[in-house]
This record gives sequence, structure tokens and C-alpha cells, in this order.
Amino acid sequence: MSDIEAAFEDGPAFVPYLAAGDPEIDASQRYVEALAAGGADVIELGLPFSEPIAEGPTIQSAIVRSLEGGMTVDDYFEFVDSLDVDVPVVCMTYYNLIYQYEDDEPQGGSEGQKGPAPFVRKAKEVGIDGFVVPDLPAEEADPLRTACDEAGLDLIFIVAPTTNEERLDRLVSLSSGYVYVQARLGVTGAREDVSERTTASLDRLAGYDLPKAVGFGIKSGEQARDIVAGGADGIIVGSALVDVVADGYESDEPVAETADRLEALCRELKQGAVAGAQDRPTPERT
Amino acid sequence: MSESKPDPDPETEADAKFGDYGGQYVPEALMPAIEELQDAYERYVLDNEDGFMDEFRRRLRDFGGRPTPLQRADTLSERYDRDVYLKREDLLHGGAHKLNNALGQCLLAKYMGKERIIAETGAGQHGPATAMAAAHLGMPCEIYMGRRDINRQRPNVFRMRINGAEVNPVTTGRGTLKEAISETMRDWATTVENTHYIIGSIVGPAPFPAMVRDFHSVISEETRKQAKEQYGRLPDSVVACAGGGSNTMGIFADFVDSGPQSGPESASGGEPRADVGLYAVEAGGSSLSVDEERGVAPNSASLSTGSEGVLHGARTKLLQDSDGQIMESHSVSSGLDYAGVGPELAHLVDEERVEAVNVDDDAALEAFHRLSQAEGIIPALETAHALGFLEETDRDLGEFVVINVSGRGDKDLEAALEETEQRDIPNAPEMEVFE
Repeated sequence: MSDIEAAFEDGPAFVPYLAAGDPEIDASQRYVEALAAGGADVIELGLPFSEPIAEGPTIQSAIVRSLEGGMTVDDYFEFVDSLDVDVPVVCMTYYNLIYQYEDDEPQGGSEGQKGPAPFVRKAKEVGIDGFVVPDLPAEEADPLRTACDEAGLDLIFIVAPTTNEERLDRLVSLSSGYVYVQARLGVTGAREDVSERTTASLDRLAGYDLPKAVGFGIKSGEQARDIVAGGADGIIVGSALVDVVADGYESDEPVAETADRLEALCRELKQGAVAGAQDRPTPERT
Repeated sequence: MSESKPDPDPETEADAKFGDYGGQYVPEALMPAIEELQDAYERYVLDNEDGFMDEFRRRLRDFGGRPTPLQRADTLSERYDRDVYLKREDLLHGGAHKLNNALGQCLLAKYMGKERIIAETGAGQHGPATAMAAAHLGMPCEIYMGRRDINRQRPNVFRMRINGAEVNPVTTGRGTLKEAISETMRDWATTVENTHYIIGSIVGPAPFPAMVRDFHSVISEETRKQAKEQYGRLPDSVVACAGGGSNTMGIFADFVDSGPQSGPESASGGEPRADVGLYAVEAGGSSLSVDEERGVAPNSASLSTGSEGVLHGARTKLLQDSDGQIMESHSVSSGLDYAGVGPELAHLVDEERVEAVNVDDDAALEAFHRLSQAEGIIPALETAHALGFLEETDRDLGEFVVINVSGRGDKDLEAALEETEQRDIPNAPEMEVFE
């Protein structure tokens, strides 16, 4: 069992997301560490790409702030390398950055190699445990899946409300670590409501062993509670946390105060998830 | 591929990829819609189920005004000492080739039972074409357009609104075509169950590049026929501008496999070529160099200067930095202003079947004024790049050259005059007197 999958063993996992380097490297590092302090079980850390087609306005803005601050792929790897957190880190990015990656110091027989294999090797070296790549459907995933298998890292696929049975089977069989259950159609972004389709998706996935983490739109402890009570093994929260970073940035708030607010929101979300597990009618897991 | 298809058409299978290019790099939420579209494309477009293609052709004729003429340009022929013919896509309803695809996809969406149309637009040629087609077929329609393009192409914004379409400004990034496509994909990811996304070029995930090419291939089908009727043989060279590449593949489609020309029945002498030369003219902008530091490429020449990567659903040639971040492109023509290009064109250039060339902003503006004065046709600034190539090139294009006049320039008047004023364009008319 991978470290990521193991993070779902002791109760529901809380999986927060931030874009690395938002709004700049030092503050961002402090914020990511606040996620861990607030009870993160796994951290999804965005590697910013200029055309984030799956993101709503909140995360798009975070990506713009990070890129305008000069974030590069090499900076990202250094960023992860110097992070002081002891939970698994998942790199969330878009395929072109993986596809273009070239190792400056090729190891042994891999000289001049470009693409998923050197990207995954480098990621492993700096302590990354897995990947989510929203624009990489099962159809195009073979090279990255193979590279992850070789390095022993996880590749997490997103299951959408529109995913049919045939695709569901294929996606779950390609996934490792957890399955990312997209709570509703659309792009990322905090919402007041949680879609009924979440429950439908969780029901469809009930027969599969891999942990199911639900994301897209969660912003409060109450929502976290409902989703975990509905059968999720974990919750993924991005935009609601990015909003805190954006607020702090726009109001010139001291970094330490923004970090405290992030940590507090994380605690609320984590507690909501834990409470949701207690609300479940019967413990299903053996 | 579903198992219910006993005998998959090898041509269709191959069309998902063009060599190593193409593919389907899109979020999972869109994949079921893309599978549904692939199925509809095979049934209605390739197999003419329910007479889809017959209805499409009839509407192109009655509503669109096809066929468009292949016209000999007498002054240009004299200037270049060869027979220059213009394929007059500017005479298609709406003033550009774009209607072929917009009407085809809008009709397909109807056959598929979709209730709503969305589209992106750059130059604002695809947007108005989609708005017209949607109004013609009674479909609600929303168009995403970059804020900067809205400012550059105001008359087209009004046209879309007058046809009843919603126009949604896109303010992210530099506010051009790239951002508009990303934003339309986001809408589609939300509304995919009842909405069809009419992508405006031969870009995006499969089956879009092949399907859009098929809707536009009527251009080359007509050109082949007209060339034989009017000139007695196929052209030596076919020249088209290339941004995403829809007018390019539209006029190249039936010439790619032209093979050795048969028969010496040339009307005006000159030995026909072994193979029809195909030239894709990209926007050279102000310079072919790139500014990695600022992430800016002052051109839109992804075939000439780009490298392989993944953007908007397909693997193709892109303007990108060494990390793989997409560069901001530039062209005086907003319709060519895009950091990528259709995967099929990228493949044909690699195969050396199509030659990628480029023409800079100044030469395009000069060509814009030249055609306006010499032939009485105001071309789109996109088309002006194809015409500029004729002036600039030292390649031997042969006796018989066809230029695809992809669109008319009415939409560009303001931009063309403004850009002309900022530069030293020797053949531009004096306009100050009217200020």
C-alpha cells in the first residue's frame, strides 16, 4: 500500500489543495505548512500551467499570481523539496508540463530523456508521492501510468458525474492512491450546495476498494460532514482555501495571519469530515 | 471504440491521430460527450445517416451561397507573370469560409438532440458564422470572445448580438483566442449534457480536427472541379493562410493525395507539376524570435517556429517556453493570433507534404492594400498573409496558382487603417483628410 492510500486508513482523509508559489514562494511555503498543521492527511499541490482548462476563476487567479511571481517547473521541485510537512504530497498539474520536462542531469541510461519518465523520477526525488492531471484522460495516460509504475508513485484519476460504467471500470483500474470523485459538472470553485450527483457517484464506486475522495465545490465543515456521511473516504478542498490566500494577498494581511486563518479552516473541514464518519449508519469497511 | 461496430473504417480510426499528433487531452467530464460526438460524426458525416450530408450540402447552397467562384485575378496574374486564381470564400454568406463548419456542426448538434450551442471566436469570423447558423437553425447560442478581440472587432460583436447570440467577454490572460477557447471548454465542462461546443478550427480533441476539416473540404472539392473546368488541370500550387488552419485544410484536403497530374490538357501552356504544391502561410508578426523571459512570441508561426506539445485537447505544434507554458502570440490579424495549430497540419508539415512559410505584419498590410486596389477585393487580414506570400516568395510556384481568399476584410477596416497608420506601408491610401 502506498503512503497516499495509507493516509485514508485511519478515518476520513482531508486533502487540501493550494497552488505552489501563490502569491510568492516564501508565503506559499508557509501556507502549505499551515495545511499540514491544520490536519491535512494528503496535500494536493498545484504546479501552475498557463492554460488551466479545468479550473474556475479562483484557482485560475492563483495560477496567474504564481506564474507572475516567476514560478517555473524547477522552482516547483525545489519548493516541494524544501517543504517541512510529513504527509504525502500529490502534484496536480496539466499534461504539457510533464510532456515537456527534460532532466538537466540525466541519470545513467536515461540520457536526454524527455517527458513523463524523467518528470516522475525528479518528482520522486523531491518527495512527491503521486499525480493528478485533469487534462489526461485514460485514453492518453499510458506513458505517465508506466512512468509512475516504474517509480512506485501513484496516479490518481478523476471520475466525473458523466463518466459511464465502462469508463468507470477503466479509470478505477488505472487509478492508484485514491479515486478523485468530481462532485458536480463544471470547473473547480467553492459552492454553497453539494450536488446530489456526489451521492450517486459514490454509490457507483462502492464496489471498488480504492479510497474515494470527493472534490469540486466543498467549502465548509458542514459540507465535509455530509459528504463523508454519504460514503466518501476523503474530501478534497481547493478553492475555499485559495480564497483565504487571495483575501490575505489583496488586503495585505501579514503572512502569519493568513496562515492562521488557513489552519483554522483546515481544522473545521477536517473535523467536519471526522464527524461525518461518525454519522454513517453502519461501518462498511472491514 | 464500441464493440457494436463490426467493421471499423480504417480511415476513421486513423483520423483520431495524425502521425504522433492529435489525440484527446481533455478532462474526464468531457470524454463521454466526445465519444458521443465521435459516434455522431461517423454516422451522420461519414456515413450520411438520415441524409445528414445531403441536408448540409443543400443548406450550404441555399443559405450559404455555395459554390463560391474560382476567379482569375487579372492584375495579379500580370504582376507575377503566372495565372493567379482566387477561391472566393469571402463570397460565402457571412464573408468567410467559417460558415461551412459552423453550419455543419450546428446541424450535427441538432441531429444529436443538443439544445444549446457555445463557441469561441478570435477574429470574430467563427463567432458570427456560428451566430448565423444557430439563428438559421433555431438554436440558442453563446459566444466567448477575448476582451482584446472584442475591442479589435467591434462590428462582429454587433453582428453576433443582432443574430441573437449572447457574447461573453473573456478577461483572463491577454484576452484573445487562446483564452476564449479555454473559457468555452470550461462552459462545456459544466453544460456538456445538453450543449454542443462548435470549435472554430481544426484544433481540439479528436474528432474535432478531422470533422472540421471534412466540413470545410467542400472548398477543395469545388476548387479541384473548377480548376479542371476552367484551366483544364489541377493547380501547380495552392496557397492559404494558417492560424488554427481551418481554411488551410479546407482547401488542401482534396489535394493532399493529388498524386501525379494526368493529361497535358493545360489551357494556357506550362507543364503541370507532379504534385500540387501546398503552402501554409503563417503570421510572422513583428519578429520570429521569442521573449522567453516575458513569455511572449511576437508572431503566431507555430508550424515554422513552434515545438511539439499539448494544448486544448491535442498534441500539436505550439509556441511555448522551455517549461511548456504557452506563450502569448501576436499577429496584426486576430484570426491568426493563436499559439497552436491543427494537428493534421503539423503532421503534413513534418511529412513535407505541406510547406510552412510565413509573412510578417507589414507585408500582410501591404498585400491587404494591394488586393483592394488591384482587384477590387478587400481581403481579411488573415487572407492578406497568403497574398503577401505571393509577393515575397522566391519559390517557384508554377504557372497556375490558387490562393484561398478565406474571408473579406470588412471586419478589419478599423484595425487595418490603425495598423497602417503606425507603420510605413508604401501602397496605403492617405486617410488623414477624413479625420
